[in-house]
Amino acid sequence: MSVLKTENATMRFGGVVAVENLNLQLEKGEIVAIIGPNGAGKTTAFNMITGVYTPTEGKIFVAAKEDEETLIDITGRRPDRITSLGIARTFQNIRLFGQMTVLENVLLASHLRLKSKFFGAVIGWPHYHKEEKQMRIHAMELLERVGLAEFWDEQATSLPYGKQRRLEIARALATEPSILLLDEPAAGMNPKETLELTEFVRNIRDEFQLSILLIEHHMQIVMDISDRIYVLDFGKTIASGTPAEIQANERVIDAYLGVADDD
Amino acid sequence: MMILIPTWDTFLQAVANGLTLGSLYALVAIGYTMVYGILRLINFAHGDIFMMSMYFAFYMISIFYLPWYVAFLIVIVATGLLGILIERAAYKPLREAPRISLLISSIGVSFLLENFAVVAFSGIQRQYPSIPFFQNVISLGSVRVQRLSIFVPIIMAVLVVGLLFLVNYTKTGMAMRAASRDFETAKVMGININRVISMTFLIGSVLAAVGAMMWGMKYPQIQPYVGVMPGLKCFIAAVIGGIGNIKGAVIGALILGMLEILITLFFPGLSGYKDAIAFIALIVILLVRPTGLLGEKQAEKV
Repeated sequence: MSVLKTENATMRFGGVVAVENLNLQLEKGEIVAIIGPNGAGKTTAFNMITGVYTPTEGKIFVAAKEDEETLIDITGRRPDRITSLGIARTFQNIRLFGQMTVLENVLLASHLRLKSKFFGAVIGWPHYHKEEKQMRIHAMELLERVGLAEFWDEQATSLPYGKQRRLEIARALATEPSILLLDEPAAGMNPKETLELTEFVRNIRDEFQLSILLIEHHMQIVMDISDRIYVLDFGKTIASGTPAEIQANERVIDAYLGVADDD
Repeated sequence: MMILIPTWDTFLQAVANGLTLGSLYALVAIGYTMVYGILRLINFAHGDIFMMSMYFAFYMISIFYLPWYVAFLIVIVATGLLGILIERAAYKPLREAPRISLLISSIGVSFLLENFAVVAFSGIQRQYPSIPFFQNVISLGSVRVQRLSIFVPIIMAVLVVGLLFLVNYTKTGMAMRAASRDFETAKVMGININRVISMTFLIGSVLAAVGAMMWGMKYPQIQPYVGVMPGLKCFIAAVIGGIGNIKGAVIGALILGMLEILITLFFPGLSGYKDAIAFIALIVILLVRPTGLLGEKQAEKV
């Protein structure tokens, strides 16, 4: 059962075709990787799915939260609407709110799950305070989960890189997603953190019942973690399949794994 | 040049005036700084929103004979709606456009409002209604001031504290801060950016309305271009304080108000150059500290 599906999604910037006819499917509970050389269109694909870009052609569907049989067309919807339908993401170049504390970054992302509106906050209804308090507890739990609880009051950008990556994941989880998109989660991590990442991603998938789509260059992680892999090159999908199939695929080896330079 | 040594009482009187003027500037300057913080736009129409507020108050009190407190409430609501309307009509369609287009659009709105005022309210100078409750003179020791001079700084302080609370401790404020750092990420985190922007314009316009109503009591001649000079000066105040920073705007405005009054007090010969003081201050701050007193180093958005 697909939770996310793109149908011939295409993104052109002027004459450049960044992504061409992307047909991607993410099944419930799966971890799927998108790989490909730099400039292959991986991040553009993420931007289309999250609504940062509207695809030039094609459609994108996501399964409704309440009823997973129904697919909702999210093509061209506003990013905040798409987020509220259960898609969350992290960024390749970490984009935390630098002036805010670690806790505030997480709280901010739970904003859209808050029922009380602005005037409720100004007037200070009791139920607003209750909700606010619950949200803080929930945010602290998330920080606890990613191992950042002790840093809650620090400025987000003062954390070391690997911790910032985990904070981005906590922030994404705070929007209560069913689908999580991770853009190069291992980038900038040290070898130890990289080893832990596979375990960590699997754990959060099970714990939060997520389906995960990730972009990653670190081949060991990709092969370890993924149920399936899509390979993009110059915007085109040149292969898809299980890690074993991908490792054996000639075109992928030529385009990306690049070991064929022994002639 | 002649330096006038004022008596202690005259000096205190001037300080009170400077504080009042600075507080009025602050109320308008906040609107510039908040809009800049979120949209990176210098909203040149802000001074004209201020002007419209004064006309609204004039019509409500002098033409419709409403009691001033009812009139003020209506003016605040009307100006807030006007601010939101301007954003929706002139800035929202340009969300993806280069920043310069927004700037041009804001100059267009400014001209539109000024000329609309000429047509609708006529270019004849009008007299802002007098409101004895604010304008009665009271004595504090040997200093005699209008009640207004006491009220304005207090009202300003209360509004600013409220605003800082809103920005720092509520969800809406958090969303505003997030949007001012990084629009795109804020959107992906589920924040409805259009609502945040509307809220910003609402707050900026409401504060400008409060400023305009009191400004009218202090300087009661109104005509369609009455917002231009205060608008420019408040923009300068925001730059002095560090544009994008709310506390900075307040500090910049208070400094500017004090400077204007005290310089003309000590150098009566310069009183003809009163309006030039703000612009000289702008040049100085841009040369010495271009990011303003509380401004941070500009990190380029990636």
